[in-house]
Amino acid sequence: MRSEKMRTISENSPRRQQSRHAVLYAMAIFVVALLMAGSQARPQAKPAPAEDAKGNAENGKRVFTSSGCYECHGREAQGSRYSGPRLGPDPISLPAFRAYIRAPKGQMPPYTGKVLTDAELADIHAFLESLPAPPAAKTIPLLN
Amino acid sequence: MGKSGKQAVNRRDFLKGSAAGVAAIAASAVPAAAQKPAAHAATAPPMSKSAETGDPSDVEVLTTDHPGADFMVDILKSLGIEYVAANPGSSYRGLHESVINYGGNKNPEFLTCCHEESAVGMAHGYAKIEGKPMGVFLHGTVGLQHAAMAIYNAFCDRVPIYMTVGNMSDATLRRPGVEWDHSVQDAALLVRDFVKWDDVPISLPHYGESGVRAYKIAMTSPMAPVLLVSDSELQEKAIEENAGLRVPKLTLATPAQGDSGAVAETARLLVAAEHPLILADRLARTPAGLTHLIELAELLQAPVVDQGGRMNFPTRHPLNQSIRGPALVGSADVILGLEVTDLWGTLNSFREQLHRSSELLTKPGAKVISIAAWDLLSKSNYQDFQRYTEVDIAMAADAEATLPALIEAVQRLITPERKRIFDERGSGFAAARIKALDQARTEATYAWDASPISVARLCAELWAKIQDKDWTLASETTPWVSNWPMRLWDFDKHHQSIGGAGGHGIGYGAPASLGAALANKKHGRLTVSIQCDGDLMYAPGILWTSAHHKIPLLSIMHNNRGYHQELMHIQRMANRHNRGITRANIGTTILGPDIDYAKLAQSMGVHGEGPITDPNELGPAIQRAVEIVQSGEPALVDVVTQPR
Repeated sequence: MRSEKMRTISENSPRRQQSRHAVLYAMAIFVVALLMAGSQARPQAKPAPAEDAKGNAENGKRVFTSSGCYECHGREAQGSRYSGPRLGPDPISLPAFRAYIRAPKGQMPPYTGKVLTDAELADIHAFLESLPAPPAAKTIPLLN
Repeated sequence: MGKSGKQAVNRRDFLKGSAAGVAAIAASAVPAAAQKPAAHAATAPPMSKSAETGDPSDVEVLTTDHPGADFMVDILKSLGIEYVAANPGSSYRGLHESVINYGGNKNPEFLTCCHEESAVGMAHGYAKIEGKPMGVFLHGTVGLQHAAMAIYNAFCDRVPIYMTVGNMSDATLRRPGVEWDHSVQDAALLVRDFVKWDDVPISLPHYGESGVRAYKIAMTSPMAPVLLVSDSELQEKAIEENAGLRVPKLTLATPAQGDSGAVAETARLLVAAEHPLILADRLARTPAGLTHLIELAELLQAPVVDQGGRMNFPTRHPLNQSIRGPALVGSADVILGLEVTDLWGTLNSFREQLHRSSELLTKPGAKVISIAAWDLLSKSNYQDFQRYTEVDIAMAADAEATLPALIEAVQRLITPERKRIFDERGSGFAAARIKALDQARTEATYAWDASPISVARLCAELWAKIQDKDWTLASETTPWVSNWPMRLWDFDKHHQSIGGAGGHGIGYGAPASLGAALANKKHGRLTVSIQCDGDLMYAPGILWTSAHHKIPLLSIMHNNRGYHQELMHIQRMANRHNRGITRANIGTTILGPDIDYAKLAQSMGVHGEGPITDPNELGPAIQRAVEIVQSGEPALVDVVTQPR
């Protein structure tokens, strides 16, 4: 286990990550979801039509957690420079969101229709849209 | 762990073993020709009543006032070793006893650790604050095996540690049973791939020379752990009269400085460059390294990307452009790498998908210069040397020692016109630095009131409680806490950060932080650690050591309840294979039951609070803990956190 851990950590060494993730961050406006996921593998599932119907934010929050999106982006989608960018509030458009998740250009692992339906993606997007705006930094004494 | 002192042995077996041991030791004191193994039956059993009450033999010597280990302690004292961290083991019992009695348990003082990995980890953190090695005693075979991962970390991190492992080399003297299991033909073989030097002294004069040589080698840049095998018999038997023992004089080697021609050419390239970039990783061995780097950067008004292996450059210096690393690599025409351990990974992007790919980030014609003591110490088996990097100038030299000559060479070449251009360049970086701090503060507002608590909030709350004190952050900031301290805090002193594990072996954080806190104790500094939960659980007994030795360390748990790096790796595999994407938690989380770290700390005599899930309760808890630590005791605050 230790050797395995050293191997995997090494692959994500801070120095390497520093360059890797900063590059990733430069593409942050496109990198919408590093780990978007549905539920279990569903090889028989058919992707929902790629229409932009409004999703269910409550279910989107559930899927965001259960499928591991939070692992890289944080439970409030706040992001991290070292794992995945902030996703909300004010996410990119649903079509761009869906396109990136299906075929990511950066480090994000792909999420195909076999594991995450378009409907679930729409729900996640609705959850991201529902997130409240944070307080301004100037109003937080600890940040000044 | 099968140690002699810990193994379950019933009383009858214990007496039998002890009797055999006494017989073996007694036999060693007489000429080999006089040994008659079968004759034991004709003499009184060693622990029988007659043996205990009869006249002692005229020839049998049962005690000595001056065992060889006393001389070994003399060597440790001469080297200025302040502490030896250890888990007790019988193969070095002679040394142990000499340290606490002959040596008065002072310089060195024996530190009781609950695991050898903790002992070496403590020494690792201590050396990065104190600039010199701590001693570590290791039990034969099993103790060294426990220590191996921590030694590897220190080797990768190029940190000196002075280690001694016990071993009973003479097979005819070993106690039957356990001592055979704890003896080995070539004790250092296990770790020879990741120590800088080892030796097996076979006499006390030999021990004296090798003891001093080991220290000198460990402290010569590139620094690294060294290992002496201390023969048990040599420790325990009497020093012969008129042995003429003396401790050799120690003269540390000066670090290698870069070739003068290469330095001059580097200066020429840097002064002529329109977009120079300085990369620093394990540069600043001492505070002087930080000072030199500031001087060089300001002379050139060149941006610095501090990769954090050491505290190289003030975080709020206008030329600190660490957050913009890859972009600056892409635009630079001259790149100077100072002790950069993964230069290839810095100059290239790497995409980890089903098919791994990479791309060079530098622009055509960019010149790359490396100054690294790293090039002076390469081994083969373990692959910590990273991928081969094509450079234009490579100085196999200590970068900190080379910087003064490089600064002089640069000064000689700067003309008024170049200085005007440099100043214009610098003003742009100053504006970018201010913008980066504003950006960090804005990013920190997201999830500010969330529960679990955001890592940014944790770091901001901690900073508020320590910023007016003389402090050290002894834990690694990347990637575990998303580098928030470096983005939000004002680091400007060398001792304020000690970098990371080196070999990325988990279990480093807790003991290294404690070692740093021990070194800081005499300087009156407040040492804090943002302590990852998985890391602490490798060897949580370090908490007991902190309480037992009253080492003031403030541990703020980054308790995301998992091996989060691995969780993301498994998620990646599940996604890649189109299956089971909700199961990545299996084998990667530390849930059910949830560990109560406050109670864990309390059980070992450490002030513990938490688990804290409400961010509004965090500041007051940290304040209470700071007060405990400033009174000289360790404290832990368990904070349930967001992943990163």
